[in-house]
Amino acid sequence: MTELDLLYSEVEEDLRSAVRAVLADRCPPQAVLARCEGPEPQDTGLWRTLAQELGVVALQVPEALGGAGASLRETAVVLEELGRACAPVPFLGSAVLATTVLLAAGDRAAGEWPALCAGGRTAALAVPLSTAPDAPFPLGVRADAAGALTGAVGSVADVPVAGLLIVPADGPAGPGLYAVDAADVTVTARGSLDLTRPLADVRLDGAPGRLLVGPDQAEAVLWEALLTGAGLLASEQLGLAEWCLATTVAYLRERRQFGRVVGSFQALKHRLADLWLDIAGARAAARAAADALSTGSADAAVLVAVAASHCGAVAVRAAEEAVQLHGGIGMTWEHPVHLYLKRAKADQLALGTPGRHRASLATLAELPAPGHGRLPRLPHV
Amino acid sequence: MTTADELITLTAELLAAHDPAATDPLEFLRARFDAGLAWVHFPPGLGGLGAPRALQAVVDAELAAAGAPDNDPRRIGIGLGMAAPTILRYGTEEQKRRFLRPLWTGEEVWCQLFSEPGAGSDLAALATRAVRDGDGPDAGWTVDGQKVWTSSAHLARWAILLARTDPDVPKHQGISYFVCDMTDPGVDVRPLRQLTGEAEFNEVFLTGVRIPDAHRLGAVGEGWQIAQTTLNNERVAIGGQRTPREGGLIGILAETWRRHPELRTHELHQRLLQGWTDAEVLRLTGERLRQQLAVGQPGPEGAAAKLAFARLAQELTGLEVELLAEQGLGYGDWTMSRPELVDFTGRDAGYRYLRAKGNSIEGGSSEILRNIIAERVLGLPAEARSDKDVPWKESAR
Repeated sequence: MTELDLLYSEVEEDLRSAVRAVLADRCPPQAVLARCEGPEPQDTGLWRTLAQELGVVALQVPEALGGAGASLRETAVVLEELGRACAPVPFLGSAVLATTVLLAAGDRAAGEWPALCAGGRTAALAVPLSTAPDAPFPLGVRADAAGALTGAVGSVADVPVAGLLIVPADGPAGPGLYAVDAADVTVTARGSLDLTRPLADVRLDGAPGRLLVGPDQAEAVLWEALLTGAGLLASEQLGLAEWCLATTVAYLRERRQFGRVVGSFQALKHRLADLWLDIAGARAAARAAADALSTGSADAAVLVAVAASHCGAVAVRAAEEAVQLHGGIGMTWEHPVHLYLKRAKADQLALGTPGRHRASLATLAELPAPGHGRLPRLPHV
Repeated sequence: MTTADELITLTAELLAAHDPAATDPLEFLRARFDAGLAWVHFPPGLGGLGAPRALQAVVDAELAAAGAPDNDPRRIGIGLGMAAPTILRYGTEEQKRRFLRPLWTGEEVWCQLFSEPGAGSDLAALATRAVRDGDGPDAGWTVDGQKVWTSSAHLARWAILLARTDPDVPKHQGISYFVCDMTDPGVDVRPLRQLTGEAEFNEVFLTGVRIPDAHRLGAVGEGWQIAQTTLNNERVAIGGQRTPREGGLIGILAETWRRHPELRTHELHQRLLQGWTDAEVLRLTGERLRQQLAVGQPGPEGAAAKLAFARLAQELTGLEVELLAEQGLGYGDWTMSRPELVDFTGRDAGYRYLRAKGNSIEGGSSEILRNIIAERVLGLPAEARSDKDVPWKESAR
């Protein structure tokens, strides 16, 4: 096990301040709320700002390709801030999932970087958002010898604004990851639990695809992308949970009932203290996962499973507590806490549920499930 | 400022002058203290060199590699973790020189006379009285009262003691802090048998105990503020330790699981995986706290580490008893004994289950720790207190 760095560097804190300032200006909660009912739930203008002014949409892309040449640790810090703001931008789909595949594709993806790094185009990875890293390679799309793709994928994140799709498909020589222009497929928007990260179904009817990663690497690269996504999503969940706690604490310091500030009641104080404790754990776990992913540690899979299962549950609890402790106002549409509840619950299902990640620890940590054959048989009567 | 390289040189010199293999362990520890390598962040002459605290790890690693004896910090934990930092901050030069060296070497064990039957979580309600007698160089105090839950009192040479010196002022203001000589004839230590069957704690009856004024720590009436130093250090000490993955209780449980496929059920498997994840998250939280301390940015995670540990320990030990099934129904030995330290790993599952119940009570109950987090970290209002501005002798008890 290599030495983990669980703190934030000065560079990371500066990055956080810059991103937080832009998000405070460009997507305060009321603006996110107003946008998510409109025709464009995702904010492409904000995306271009993040790309052009902050350079954060291609953080871990090497500078030679037009990116910032940073590490996944910095990408994780950006996700913390995007989670805190519940920002409606396709960062997870484009800057994390699709980018990981494109970086692994090497020269075959070279032509994609200028538009992606400049923020003029985003990409999406065409798998159901609920796909866990250790799920079997998806075979719902078939590629013929000429590279034409046919099939369907449901519940893909960040598709409506994407110009480029990365599609896992079963080709003549085996599984592959293909680049497909979004204009060549049929995208049908779905109603999504998370209003700020819309989902869509994708149908391909002989869409022209370009092979990015062939059969020898496709499964490993897809696994790496999903593992990276699940590990960094923990940072988004951390930021989301922190917003919920801070907002709830602020409300309970103002709200009065029974002649007292509500936050002075011990029953509520203890719930918030427990939540704070779980969030302190979430910060350590999310940092550990980001650090292990950025160094390519052999321990990354374990730390991602730990972070994903812990942070996913903590974010949901933070949002549920926020709704409950805001009382009636927490149930209203006008208060933004429901955006966080919806994002938290969807995030909990995204890239593997907590239970799914714990199950993968059974193998990784050598804690095997009971073997059916070993259970004693009941005697025949 | 002392650097890591300088410490390595000093450690090598200590080892050269006192070969661990040929030196009496106590002599070695004394020499280590005198070389300033006991706790490097303490001042010169008091076991340290005024070096950054983080560099202690460098010294410890060098000495461990050379097979040097250690002072068994578990056995003398109250002295190291609570008495020493308080004496360092509030003691006179004379007190520091008298107490710190034998405390660190383990020659003198310390205990803590804080809690009372009527003052547990509400520690400031304590009723043990210290009345001043005499004047001038012979001035001293006569102490009467009863203390409880005192670990190591039957082994201790010294105690840190809180006693009420002014009943006419509100409860937090009338307390003073003393060093009590446990060999004084007025000190009566009686074992207090616990639900594990063991007597790890004691009741301590103080009857006419004479404490010279030179053994008062800090000013008269400032005992409560000084006690905060002691209690904060107690909690930080818990979170600052480094643990490997599967260190402690989860390791015992995981090994049992691996060795006994016949005990596995699906329901226990789910709980085991949850417990393993929780243990790893707690380990990473502790590691993050340690890294923060090392670069001088202590976070509030220290106060919470104990709370999280108690919750996890109770979950894991309960799970272990269930997993062991038939064997979990047994219990090693109910005979009363007087253990020198709490050892979770060397005992059977039933003991661990029962002893872990104390983790959420001792050293600040989980409820009190939640109040501390809510009030000091989250900034929520304090509990309403009816006795805060009332003279202690008039408060309801």
